[in-house]
Amino acid sequence: MLTVHGLHKKFGALEVVRGVSFEVSAGECYGLLGPNGAGKTTTLRCCLGLTAPDAGEITLDSLPVPARAREARARVGVVPQFDNLDPDFTVRENLAIFGRYFGLSRSEVAARVPYLLDYAGLTDKADAPIDALSGGMKRRLTIARALVNDPRVLFLDEPTTGLDPQARHVVWERLKRLLGQGRTIILTTHFMDEAQRLCDRVAIMDHGAFIAEAPPHALIEREIEPIVIEAYGDGIHAWFDTHARRLAARAEFSGDTAFCYCRDPEPLLATLTDHPELRVLRRAANLEDVFLKLTGRDLRD
Amino acid sequence: MICVTDSLRFRHVVYRNYRVWRKLLLASIVGNLVDPLFWLVGLGFGLGSLLPTVGGMPYLEFLGSGMICYGVMYSASFEALWSAFARLKQQRTWEGILHAPMTITDIVVGEWVWAALKGMLSGIAILAVMTALGLVHGFMALWALPVMLLTGLAFSGIALVITALAKSYDHFVYYFTLFITPMMLVSGVFFPTAQLPRAVQLVAQVLPLSHATRLARGLVLGRPVENAALHVAALALVALLGVILARKLVARRLR
Repeated sequence: MLTVHGLHKKFGALEVVRGVSFEVSAGECYGLLGPNGAGKTTTLRCCLGLTAPDAGEITLDSLPVPARAREARARVGVVPQFDNLDPDFTVRENLAIFGRYFGLSRSEVAARVPYLLDYAGLTDKADAPIDALSGGMKRRLTIARALVNDPRVLFLDEPTTGLDPQARHVVWERLKRLLGQGRTIILTTHFMDEAQRLCDRVAIMDHGAFIAEAPPHALIEREIEPIVIEAYGDGIHAWFDTHARRLAARAEFSGDTAFCYCRDPEPLLATLTDHPELRVLRRAANLEDVFLKLTGRDLRD
Repeated sequence: MICVTDSLRFRHVVYRNYRVWRKLLLASIVGNLVDPLFWLVGLGFGLGSLLPTVGGMPYLEFLGSGMICYGVMYSASFEALWSAFARLKQQRTWEGILHAPMTITDIVVGEWVWAALKGMLSGIAILAVMTALGLVHGFMALWALPVMLLTGLAFSGIALVITALAKSYDHFVYYFTLFITPMMLVSGVFFPTAQLPRAVQLVAQVLPLSHATRLARGLVLGRPVENAALHVAALALVALLGVILARKLVARRLR
């Protein structure tokens, strides 16, 4: 469905995408993960023909991009990172006008709008102005708008950034429904739970290049120890130096919290019985641990 | 049009803007009619009663035919500056349109044509007021319609270049103060260019608004237009250069 080979993109002297290659097959949900500035959005924009790559080949639904980007975009739905719903129109008009950009006739659009309103859960709000919608409603409408041309592939750039937990779950449920219909989804996110929940495969991107690519569970198994002990409190540094370094497979500090990655956590947990002053959390390793291991804990502002 | 775009999809952008405009239809039409009416009545009767004839015609006729071009310029410029910039920056409307099978050329050409049509509408309103006041002489005045469209395309073309370069709305104030307003004063809208010092005349006669007023005045008042082809060519050149440059600048800005 999407093939990217040897993609490079520079903005001035800065090379934001440095030799990215990947393939997404039909019906798959593929996640691009990475810290801010990793090159995720630029990669998506290149795939859509909105930014011209400096090198590399892209094929989207059998069409070469950017050479035939217009035709390719006619078969694709796009959900951008920042809402760009049209504030001059109501909910219903937003869907209708967007359909016109695809060259759909008035009657084709009119036939499709009720379904899209229902999908977005906004049938009651059909004639409301965009300003009257909550963040979650706007996001659902943006996703519904991307479905106006009944696309086989959807590109979503950080689909749940800025939403509250309730709204995020609703968006995930809607996206799963699309996957159930056999559509292909390519999304970027920096929420690891989102990627773990939705994606068949994820790629972790940093400084413009892929540093890992696999199904989420495989990535966790391959890259990281299965159990994590988090501990903090007075005397954490002393405990860390005497026990954690020796008994954990890998241990590190983030601020004043110790993160200890273990295959067998029991010996380490046993040492904690003598340290009731420490607060301890034991949990399974997740994709976020892999992400932090591979991209580091430094802030990316 | 052929040299500017290879597709008719720009019409979807025109349609979008038309749909927004339609919501404010009444206010827009009233504004378009009432504003020039005040100018014509105020300046035309007030100032005109003090003047014998201007450029060989009653002042009201002189002023009205100039006001048509001024109205087209003002409306087209305003639309292609403030309104288009809102769609480019604050509302991210253009960005949204690009997610459909639309290109930057479709958007820029659509905005260009739309702003020109809006300008033309202002011109038509003034022509209607003039007709009602009995200031229009003969059906030659209908030829003023394509002149209005061309004038609108010229000014929306330049304005879109400014919009593509603008960082904020403040830039448009400079454009109006340093370009539009002086041009309005020296291009024969309110008084004949011949009244100006020789040096100013030389500059004034190459300004796009001068070409527009010369064409429109002759057509509306049923008088011969000297060098009509030259004026048409000058307006067309400005219009095309404007839209082609605007397209390049917007493409660079949204890449």
